[in-house]
Amino acid sequence: MKVGIVSYGAYVPRYRIKLEEIAAVWGDDAKSIIGGLKVKEKSVPGLDEDAITISVEAARNAINRGNVDASRFGAIYCGSESHPYAVKPTSTIVAAAVGAEPNLTAADFEFACKAGTAAIQTCMGLVGAGMIDIGLAIGADVSQGAPGDALEYTAAAGGAAYIIGSSDLAAVIEDTFSFTTDTPDFWRREGMPYPEHGGRFTGDPGYFKHVTSAASGLMDKLGTKPSDYDYAVFHQPNGKFPQNVARKLGFTPEQIKAGLVVPMLGNTYSGSCMIGLAAILDQAVEGDRIFMTAFGSGAGSDAFSITVTDRIEEIRDAGPKVEELLKNPIYMDYATYAKHKGKIKV
Amino acid sequence: MTVARFWRNIPNRYNLIGTHCTTCGEHYFPPRQMCPICRRDGKIEPHKFEGKGEVITYTVIHTAAKGYEMQAPYNLAVIKLDEGPSLTGQVVCGQEEMEIGMRVRSVFRKLGEESEKGMIYYGTKFVPE
Repeated sequence: MKVGIVSYGAYVPRYRIKLEEIAAVWGDDAKSIIGGLKVKEKSVPGLDEDAITISVEAARNAINRGNVDASRFGAIYCGSESHPYAVKPTSTIVAAAVGAEPNLTAADFEFACKAGTAAIQTCMGLVGAGMIDIGLAIGADVSQGAPGDALEYTAAAGGAAYIIGSSDLAAVIEDTFSFTTDTPDFWRREGMPYPEHGGRFTGDPGYFKHVTSAASGLMDKLGTKPSDYDYAVFHQPNGKFPQNVARKLGFTPEQIKAGLVVPMLGNTYSGSCMIGLAAILDQAVEGDRIFMTAFGSGAGSDAFSITVTDRIEEIRDAGPKVEELLKNPIYMDYATYAKHKGKIKV
Repeated sequence: MTVARFWRNIPNRYNLIGTHCTTCGEHYFPPRQMCPICRRDGKIEPHKFEGKGEVITYTVIHTAAKGYEMQAPYNLAVIKLDEGPSLTGQVVCGQEEMEIGMRVRSVFRKLGEESEKGMIYYGTKFVPE
């Protein structure tokens, strides 16, 4: 049985802060930070937006794009590291808001930045086993970064939703491969508002080891090579890491260009790779092959090999494209940003 | 707001579920269980509103009620839905974008929260179409 993407949808809040504005507050050299991270600005949630509202908006965009009957969902899984409730599922609220209640299973996933792709894999398994008709996998975050911490320059807000099924596919997921180890590169303890990280330790032992291992593992399994793919997208904690890992694996800058959304969006954590894939699907044509590898600290990577079908042309224009979601931003100063992120307590 | 009161209204708040009288064609939001036009001849059924409409009038709230202080100033409008009924809702945009007659569409947003440890209320707001 072929399993794949029936439809997809993304959502990005309208607010942005430029990295210069953050650097000015902390006395950092904006030019060197922007040059190092290769990120110019990042999205900021509205005062009334969180991982749940972003999940719902992305899911509704996916449902409307594919003209899917929400009562068909047999499973809804929401991946995030910023679930608004510690106990009370994001996924039940999403299920109610998209009209999928009550005959389905639902759960929240957390695996740093790759919880959304773990949700895709789970839906693939359920669909492939014939246990459900279609499933909804979401990755969304309003990521946290402590004031003055390096993460504050990139921690952004956004998400994407994928409807996984076995018929009416806009893209076939040929296979997936994961690589997982116990690597303490980044964490947030229960009850703590901001995460901690291992600084440079997050690079080689974290991001690069896991992304390259999962990507190579999948290509070995399928007998493919980078040149077999038209597009590639990797987790985007900044602009530098995905470009470097693409080069290490043998992908060209042209292959990753369409999915590299981080320079004008920031790191949307669980939404990062999945928004990048949405940007690729916004322009891919029948027969195009896409290679995706997500990364989540802690640590693990999920790699996917995807081939686009002719149905992409039918559904693509029925929902907002990532490029459109990034248009007409409202820029804010650091004080307003701090208010939006709940850094000001009254 | 009690948990039970919010829970009872989830379909209306999340998805603008109102009612529709199939006898006279009138739509109702919030939902009515009896059509005031057709009375006993009315046949009421649930109706999911498209969530698109027009701003009839609006005000800008600067002195917000408890729990909404961080959102002030915000736009509160009377919106006439395309199917007919009017409702009061927040329009999320700059004050300078607001004008009577503007088209809006519904979005899913956080309406408020009971407290830092209490329940979070989600529901429908509007943005310029």
